[in-house]
This record gives sequence, C-alpha cells and structure tokens, in this order.
Amino acid sequence: MHLRWLEGRVTFLLLAIAAIGLPLLDDSYAGVIATRACIYWILIAGLNLVVGYAGQIAIGWVALLTLGAYTTAVLTAGTVTPEISPYLALVASAAIGAVSGVIVGLPALRLRTFYFAMTTLGFATIVTQIALAWKDVTGGGMGTPGPVFPWPFDPGWGFYYFCLILAALCTWMTANIAKSRFGRSLIAIRDAEVAAEASGVAKPALLMTVFVLSGALAGISGGLFASLQSYITPDAFNFDLSVLFFIAILIGGRGSILGPLLGTILLTVLPEIAAPLVAWSTFLYAALLLLIVLLIPGGIADMLDYRNRRPLQQHREIVPQPALLPGLLDRPDGGTLALSNVALAFGGVRAIDGLSLDFHSGEVHGLIGPNGSGKTTTLNVISGYYRPQAGEARLNGAVLPFGAPQKRAGFRIARTFQTPRLIGGASVLENVMLGGTIDGRGTFAESLLTLPRHRRDEHMLRERALQALTAVGLETLAGVRADRLQHSELRFMEIARALTLKPAFLMLDEPAAGLSAEEIRRLGALIKAISRAGTGVLLVEHHADLIFDICDRVTVLNLGKILAAGTPAEIRSHREVVSAYLGA
Amino acid sequence: MLESIVSYGLAVGAVYALIGITYNVMFTASRVFSFTAGMLGMLGGVLGALFIDRMGMPAIVGLLLVLACGAVIGVITEIVAVRPVLRSIEQHLYVLSTLAFALLVAQFTAIEWGTDASPFPRLIPIDEGLLDQKFWIPMLACAATVLGLEFLYRRTLIGRAFLAIAEDSYAARALGLPEVRLRLASFALAGVIGALAGFAGGEMLLAFFGNQSILNFYGFVPVALGGMGNNRGAVVGGLLLGLFQQAANFLVGGIFASVAVFAVFIVVLLLRPEGFAGASGARRV
Repeated sequence: MHLRWLEGRVTFLLLAIAAIGLPLLDDSYAGVIATRACIYWILIAGLNLVVGYAGQIAIGWVALLTLGAYTTAVLTAGTVTPEISPYLALVASAAIGAVSGVIVGLPALRLRTFYFAMTTLGFATIVTQIALAWKDVTGGGMGTPGPVFPWPFDPGWGFYYFCLILAALCTWMTANIAKSRFGRSLIAIRDAEVAAEASGVAKPALLMTVFVLSGALAGISGGLFASLQSYITPDAFNFDLSVLFFIAILIGGRGSILGPLLGTILLTVLPEIAAPLVAWSTFLYAALLLLIVLLIPGGIADMLDYRNRRPLQQHREIVPQPALLPGLLDRPDGGTLALSNVALAFGGVRAIDGLSLDFHSGEVHGLIGPNGSGKTTTLNVISGYYRPQAGEARLNGAVLPFGAPQKRAGFRIARTFQTPRLIGGASVLENVMLGGTIDGRGTFAESLLTLPRHRRDEHMLRERALQALTAVGLETLAGVRADRLQHSELRFMEIARALTLKPAFLMLDEPAAGLSAEEIRRLGALIKAISRAGTGVLLVEHHADLIFDICDRVTVLNLGKILAAGTPAEIRSHREVVSAYLGA
Repeated sequence: MLESIVSYGLAVGAVYALIGITYNVMFTASRVFSFTAGMLGMLGGVLGALFIDRMGMPAIVGLLLVLACGAVIGVITEIVAVRPVLRSIEQHLYVLSTLAFALLVAQFTAIEWGTDASPFPRLIPIDEGLLDQKFWIPMLACAATVLGLEFLYRRTLIGRAFLAIAEDSYAARALGLPEVRLRLASFALAGVIGALAGFAGGEMLLAFFGNQSILNFYGFVPVALGGMGNNRGAVVGGLLLGLFQQAANFLVGGIFASVAVFAVFIVVLLLRPEGFAGASGARRV
C-alpha cells in the first residue's frame, strides 16, 4: 500500500526537491525562468480543470491573466485608488479573476464547443483593447509598473519561493478535486454528458464552481506575472500566451495533473534553450498544437500511463454474484411508478400516443414491440430527456415532473443506454463511482482541501462501487481504463453504475444487445435478482426469450400504443402479438 | 458625423459580413466551424499590399493573385486541418486543428511581413467622389459575393450539390456526389471570399497581421446572430454590427463599443443559441 502511494507521487516529489533546491545553483536567470514556470502553472492548474477535465475549449484565458496583472499593478501603484499592499491587491485580483471566470464561463452552459471557444477569444480581444484604450488606469500602450512584493517574498529567491508555494498548493488542490466525485463528474461531462446527467451531475453549478476557481487562480497568476515582468504593457499579454497555456494542457494530456505540469515546464524552458528560435516560438507552438491534435491526442499522460498498456487477460468471463445485491441495494419495499395518458409527438410522428403504464418495485416489467413502437421514447420520458405534450408521471403517488434528466437520480431512477455511455479515459471503478455522485455529502471546498467529510464520501462511494462491480462480475477490471473493455463488459459496467445509485427503479435499454447466449443467461439471472432485491426493473429488449424468461409482466407496444399487457404466458398466446411481432 | 458613421459603419460591416459568409461556406460543406476565416481576411490585406505596393503590380493583377492565394490556402486548410479530423471520433478536435493552422499562417505573416500595420494601396486612381472608394469597394464586394453565391446555390448544378452535401452528406454520397471534392471546392471558395474581404477592406483595416483575431471575432458575431449557414443573416448581422460599432465609437468611445458588442453577443447567444434565424435540432439520447 505504501509503495503504491509512492508510485503515483514519485515524479511530483522529484520535481518538488528540484524546485526547492534550485537556488543552490545560484543562477538568477534560472530563477526567473523557474518563477515564470510556477506563475504559468498557477493559471494552467486551474485552466486544466476547465479544459483537461471538463473538456471546455477555453482558449482566451490570457484575458484573465491580463485582468489580474492590471488589478494588482494598479491597486499597488495607488494611481487610481489609495495605495494598498501587494498581498491584498493579489487577493483583489483573485476576486476579479473569479468574477471574470464566471462571465467568460457562463456561455459554456449553453453553447457548443466552437461558440464557447469564440466567446473566450472575443473576451481576450476586448480585454486587450480596453487595456490599450483606458489610458488613465492602465497607462495605455505606455504601460504601468508592476508591483513589488515586500519582505519576506521580495524580488529574487524570496519571490520565487512565494510562487513555488502557491504553485505547489494549486497542484495539491486541483489533484484533490481531480480525485473527488467532482473530478469524475467533470470528466463525465467531457466524455459522456448524457451519463453525467443520468447520474445526477448538476452541470451548471459544477462548471460555474470550476470557472470561479480557475478564474481566481488566473487572477493570482496575473498579479504575480505583473511583479515578475516589473513593467506591464498590453503587448505582454498577447495571444501567444493563451496558446501556450492551452498547449501545455494538451501536450500533457487531458484528465491528468502531472502531464500538464510537465507540459508547462517544457514549454517555459524550451524557448530559453532554443534561443535563436524565440521569434518563431508561437509558430512552433502552433505547429506543435496541430501535431498533437492530429497524431497524439493522449499527450504525455498517455505515454506515462504504463499500467494501462499491460495486456489484459485474453478470455475473460463475466461472473455476476447476485447474492450481493440485497446488501448493496438495501431497498425499503413498495413503490410504484405510474405513467398516465402520456403523449409525445415529434413533428407529425406520434411516438407515444396516450400511454398509461404502472411499474412496481420488486418486479421485472418487460417492454417489447417492433422498431418505432415507442419503447425507448417511453424510457426517455421517464428519465427526463423528452418532455411529453400531455399526460403525467407519478412516483409513489407524487407527481414526477417531466424534463430535467439530471434530477432523476434524486428520485432513485437509474438507467442504462442502448449504446453504452462510457467515460473512456476514466477507470472502470471511476465510471461506476459516478453512479453514486448524488450521495456525496461534502462540498467542492471540502474536496479541495481533502477534509474528513470528503474522505468519508470517497470511501463510501468506492466501497459501494466495488460492491456493485463484484455483483455484476467485473471486480477484476476495476482499475482498467474503461475504453479498453469489450462491448459486453461495458453493458455490465453500465448496470453496475446504475446499481451504485441504489435505484428504486432501474431502466435497461436493450441490455442484451451484442451479448453471447451464455452472457444473456447470466444477465437474465442478474436482472431477476436485482428485482427480487426490491428494485423495479423496466426492461426494453428484443430478445423474446430473455423477456419471457425473467419478466413478471410484459407490455407490448405498437405505434405508441399498448397492443397487449399481461404475464409472459398471456402475451405468448396473444393472437395479435404473435402475428404482429413474435411470428408464428 | 452621421455621414461618417453610416459610410464607415456599412463598409466595415460589409467586411464582417464577408468573413461571416466565409465561415458559412466552410460550415455548409463540412459542418466544421473553422478558425481560418479571420486569417484569410488578414491575408487578403497583407498580400494585397505586398503585390501592389511592394511588388508594383497593377491593382487588378494583385486582386486576382490574392484571390488565387486565398483559394490555395483554403484547399490546404481542408487537407491539413479538416480532413484528418473529420475521420477521428473526437468531433470537436477541428476547433483546435483549424485554430492551430490559422495561428501558423498568422505567425508566419507576423515574422515575414512584420507586426506593424502597413498602409494598403489605393486601388482605383480617381479623385474622391461622393463616397470614398475605401467605403464603397467593400460594400460592392459584399453585394457581388452575395449575388454570386445566390446564383451558385440556386441556379447551378454544382451549387445544388453543395447544398445536398450540407443537408445530408451520407445521402449525398449515396447519390454518388463526390463529397471530398465538393468539400475541397467549398474551402477554396471560402478562401477566395475571405481573401476578397481583406482585400476590399484593405484601405480601412490596413495590412496588419493582428486583423486575424479581430476579423475572426467580429466576423463570427453576425454568423452567430444570424444562424449558422445563413448568408442573408450574416449580411444583415454584419452591416448592423458595423453600424452599431461605429455609432458607439463616435458617441461613447471605443471601450464601450467593444464591451457593448461583446455583451450583446453573449446575451443573444445565451437567449437564442441557434441565432435569430436558426432552428434548434432535437436531442438524441
């Protein structure tokens, strides 16, 4: 255990030792470069959560650096306000950065990738224009002197240690977030937004929190940058810096802390070594960006991830252990999910046409019908993705509001998808832990500092997820990256994720598709056991044998209406069903 | 004052509209938003100044060469930054690949041409008439482009093929349309339009490498407001943006103008992400 703790941290420790010992070189120029790397990293560490984890293409982050730099410089100089201490000014920069982070980030909640990238770019363009035009405050093109931090962090090695301490703090804090349920939710938003919603991730609140943190760090970074530059002009904040920040993360690899840290050091040091190329540095960054995007989208982190290059066992078998389910699900009995007169049309097509259905806990309810009969649409209505034009849904008698898929987890309604929604870059265990997100009690701030409540949450989610993985028979693959799994394993992984929510109702959308006969048999036993443990299962499936084997009740849909309903035996002998769907 | 607001505003607006159309032409062919639109506009100005001022070519030869260069850059964009990414699973990598390519070209320009703004030559050796040529040339270029595109899309076979690809590229390929070649042609066309925008607006905007980011943003605003792929929306939006910007510039100063444009852009996008003329698509789960 102790050795494994070290394994993940040894690079960080080596870096820290090198950084602390740097003054021994007695090379003040090296000091300046190292200070700059620390300052960049303070910004990039925060931006990494936005770009590397949440997958938001925030390009114009230099704008926040600019704002932070001018705030600290102007407040310290006292030309506009009473002169204040640079340390206080740095706090003000963090506040300004946080507010601006929200302003820049707000569009990310509604806009798709390119639009958001463009708004961040526009913001950067405008901040530079304002810095040039607002001469009374910023000094316009002439610039303004940067702040000088008084003892103990005075210019030179004192300032270097100040930046180093802050950089180390940022590394620690963002790594804490990365390993928390917030980090997992961010990656889920990036890789499988639908799965994140189904697990109850509140995207707007989470993204805004991350933008506040990232903006504050960028503000602080800007204040320090102004001090390092000793004199700032709008030219100092050209777009090249934005590109540098962005590329550092991509070179490092998305979803990693160490990778972007190494990327930052690399990009800060490289131009110093290749001095004749300084004029071409941005050109080379751009070329690098193109090469990374086209050739190695995984970055440094992928190359360091040797554990996921070890070959997996060739012939793996999924052996569920249904006996574990009652302990895992821990359901109080009783519960009904009822749809009444639900109607939903897409344009002129009536996908569901006045559907009334009851689902009971402890039962497997099969939903069958030909393609286009409204099975998946019904699931999507229950899980909130579609908003019907008429009818209502009730959960244990209380109205279940339509829409708002991210609120379904709170009602203990879980689901799987026709095509598995995996978070490819995360481990199987992390994928499954996502399912229990809403049961975490600690706040973002508590995770930032690994306070006890955060550690209790993590322990609880990990235990529950491991239990769920064992129950579906995937426990040996817990540490493997999810995109290395076979299709059938992904299906069981999705079920494990749903089980981690301790669902009252579980909706399975064609879980047997693509499975072998033996796997289908095991799946059937697992589903049956889930229902017997107290969860109501709604099963949409085309495998008639599976349906008739395990269902307690079956509803047959045709053209959005109920064609027949009853026990499997009744359905099997229903004349219309046999002729329309099952075949003779 | 009103006169200068209107003439300058409409002229700058015409340039924005042309850049917006450049975005649209690339988008309809590939469903890719390309960051190269502003770069093309910037190149139009720089190359125009290079060919006509520095190399002493006649204006008309300079224009044709600039447009040819735009087409070539457009084709290279498609081959280098778009085609490889369309094949990959990760769909929004194109944001990064086109940005990287645009930066490459812009930086190359900065190094070879210089980072200061250089004057752009007067194109037609006549005295000032009612309206100066630096104002009416961009407007004329914009009008000609819009009419040309209308004709292309509505009346010619190749234009209809473009529209078919835009509507449903799978179905279009099933019909036997050469999707890749049509996409290449679209990017070449976008290159021509982008370069024309920079060339026509050259005397106003100067030959300046920094125009790329400015045009990238202000050219995208009308597209975002008018709806992606909607050229009429881009023209109306572009002209309104130019007028609004100039009016704000004159009346309340440059800082406010920039902030106001940005604020309007964000607010409109938040309220109507699909633009005023666009329709939102249904979600697939």
